[in-house]
Amino acid sequence: MAEVTLTINGLQVTVPKGTTVLDAARQAGLFIPTFCHDPELTRFGACRMCVVEIPGMRNLPASCVTEATEGMVVHTDSPAVIEARKTILELMLANHPMDCLTCGKNGDCRLQDYAYMYGVKTEPFGGEKHNYPLEDDNPFIVRDMNKCILCGKCVRACAEIQGKSIVDFAYRGFDAKITPAMDVPLSESECVFCGNCVAVCPVGALQEKGLRSAARTWEVQKVKTTCPYCGTGCNFELNVKDNQVVGVTSCDGDVNGRALCVKGRFGYGFIHHPDRLTTPLIKKNGEFVEATWDEAITLVAQKLGDIKDKYGPDALAVLSSARCTNEENYLMQKFTRAVLGTNSIDHCARL
Amino acid sequence: MTNSIGEIAGADFILAIGTNTTESHPVISLQAKKAQRNGATLVVADPRRTEMAELANTHLQLKSGSDIALLNAMANVIISEELWNKEFVANRTEDFESLKETVAKYTPEYAEQITGIPADTIKTVARGYAKANNATILYTMGVTQHICGTHNVFAVANLAMLCGHIGKENSGVNPLRGQNNVQGACDMGALPNVYTGYQAVTVDDNRTKFSKAWNVAELPAQPGLTVGEMMEGAADGKVKGMYIMGENPVLSDPDADHVVHALEKLEFLVVQDIFLTETAALADVVLPAASFAEKDGTFSNTERRVQRVRKAIDPVGNARADWEIICNIATAMGYPMQYASASNIFDEIASLTPSYAGISYARLELGGIQWPCPDADHPGTPYLHKDKFVRGLGKFNPVEYIPPAELPDQDYPLVLSTGRRHFHYHTGTMTQRTGALEVHYGAEHLEINPADAAALNVAEGDTVLMKSRRGQVEVTARITDVVPRGMVFTSFHFPEVAINKLTNPARDPVAKIPELKVCAVKVITVS
Repeated sequence: MAEVTLTINGLQVTVPKGTTVLDAARQAGLFIPTFCHDPELTRFGACRMCVVEIPGMRNLPASCVTEATEGMVVHTDSPAVIEARKTILELMLANHPMDCLTCGKNGDCRLQDYAYMYGVKTEPFGGEKHNYPLEDDNPFIVRDMNKCILCGKCVRACAEIQGKSIVDFAYRGFDAKITPAMDVPLSESECVFCGNCVAVCPVGALQEKGLRSAARTWEVQKVKTTCPYCGTGCNFELNVKDNQVVGVTSCDGDVNGRALCVKGRFGYGFIHHPDRLTTPLIKKNGEFVEATWDEAITLVAQKLGDIKDKYGPDALAVLSSARCTNEENYLMQKFTRAVLGTNSIDHCARL
Repeated sequence: MTNSIGEIAGADFILAIGTNTTESHPVISLQAKKAQRNGATLVVADPRRTEMAELANTHLQLKSGSDIALLNAMANVIISEELWNKEFVANRTEDFESLKETVAKYTPEYAEQITGIPADTIKTVARGYAKANNATILYTMGVTQHICGTHNVFAVANLAMLCGHIGKENSGVNPLRGQNNVQGACDMGALPNVYTGYQAVTVDDNRTKFSKAWNVAELPAQPGLTVGEMMEGAADGKVKGMYIMGENPVLSDPDADHVVHALEKLEFLVVQDIFLTETAALADVVLPAASFAEKDGTFSNTERRVQRVRKAIDPVGNARADWEIICNIATAMGYPMQYASASNIFDEIASLTPSYAGISYARLELGGIQWPCPDADHPGTPYLHKDKFVRGLGKFNPVEYIPPAELPDQDYPLVLSTGRRHFHYHTGTMTQRTGALEVHYGAEHLEINPADAAALNVAEGDTVLMKSRRGQVEVTARITDVVPRGMVFTSFHFPEVAINKLTNPARDPVAKIPELKVCAVKVITVS
């Protein structure tokens, strides 16, 4: 494949032809901030946060949509670049609620990170701000369009990952916003609440309702695991705070990338539901009575043993579980065959 | 699946038959949508106009249970128009002549009478499938939950072999499996006839191998009972005791009243679960298990990928991981079973299971691995049957169409089919308790065609009483042309609408799978 060599901040970088300046810089280990860019989504070039200086070009191009060419010279953090990025941030903040104190994305927000990085504290472009009502009428996603920076990642995630195109840009200029058709809430649209838009939102405009009200972003420990619902085998991260699962976030899954469905992303509440069984139960006179593990295990062992002795092993049958792990299914069939002495073990593969 | 999930996006022709993919396997459906965006043709065969059907280039709205007629007619067209892959058939298969003979009578015109799909449409779809570079067939329970479920799968496999659309990347026969670890449960030998990796219990060498590894004098040689046979055995008094782990047959099995009756007849029932399910309520002893978030282990997904499950929190209350409970009971019965960790159990599995032999927790830290993975240097197998089928040559198993066991008649004039909804899962044990899913989708309804609703004088939102020969439920009517005239549909997610009281336990003689997709019902307006 043809290659090109360019110079970024004085470093010589060789990349395949067709590589963007942004990717070339990242390959060289250089940082360029982005809002609207996402390697999985089509190139958009909207937020201008990734502008760089390339001598000979008329103005500061967006590196995410500028192709690296042979002999190109690029400066990623020249004074002009820094000034442009500060101005972009100031313009974004001019129409932003500035409520980081109570925002669920505090600590995991690119707008906040970049404002900190570039020392943008104030809003020199003070003026009219939008005051859209908070959309929280569904149990999954909270949409706060006052925090939206119009990067359009959610639009592309919905179209290009989920294949639904529920949301898109509507209105113009200052009034431009992301919305389902006819500006209805998600709950009244065909949205399937996969939350893949939430997973790509770089700011606090789209938040997981449960997770962001249960823990600050820095309080959670993330544990990568595999979804317990259907057979697709999506990977995700359980967000844990104080020994409680408080939410699910995307990670780079082998099968699913960052995509999840509504059950995987928002169906974790059963883990701590008050109906969970927390102690063994033994039925006495038709009523369940709480028991110790020793009592329960002894009784089970004795009853299964009695039936085996009295009627033979084939009077016993075991249903293992397509919901449990391989290790558990393995042990269950080992137990059935080696201990009970029957091959009558099955599970719900047929249902 | 013969292929990987990601390979669906690389197909240029997808035949999705009996799979409501966007609702039952939402993330897999993304790959089908991606393929379509790249120009692939999507053909969906389903009696209902599902979202997949809406997305399809062609929707084959076949009559319930007529799959074999459709698939055989496609084979008929492909053979009569000389579109079959002669090289593949000659080198990789056997018994082509018997297929040719059997499908000869399944002309598109004959199939039109059985399936209701116009002959010309069958021809177009058959040509599209045969001529594609990479064609993949996706299916789920819409194909298998019939008394001819095994034959339906044979018909699918015949078609794939006929066109050489198997044994290569992006082309294959791809059942999308329903539960997180149904593949793994089968791989692990939680089946009445095989040990791990499908090693038959009837083979002397296999029994010797496992009895040695498990340190027991002998192991039973006779295959055991399948789930439906267990319930019959319990009802007949032959099965006296059952141990049920993480299953809810009272809601998931057909003819639910019969299941309750059977379980009540047992002398002893122990149920191990995370909730007091409808099945656990019938138990003598209930053992509280840890959820997936509270234990280590592995799941094997539908594309045979073994992936880690990691403990994120301690078990709630006094719950214990299922594997620990099994060890406790085995030990109490005089068979010491002790493992320091799930990883140690996995190592034992790998040592006894050729297809898992090369997999270990250390390797899984770097990502999932698709079996077969025979040794530690093997990268895993993204697609099966390359160059050679497991049995050598691929065998055509020609099959004949048979109608469903119970067809509508004067007394029960409608076909009931059951399936899943996007926002819920199986018997709802988990999804009814999330604080989110059940809030959004809180009640079940019965889909009924406007023409049937009008004839029965049923209005939108009416409560109707639906009856079959086995049972009845009350449910709210939703009038929609998602279902064709003569068919009603609902899910089995809601205990209040325990639809399996109505379904037919008639089973496929080979796979013993019940015909949950077709039974005859009548609908009566209540309010």
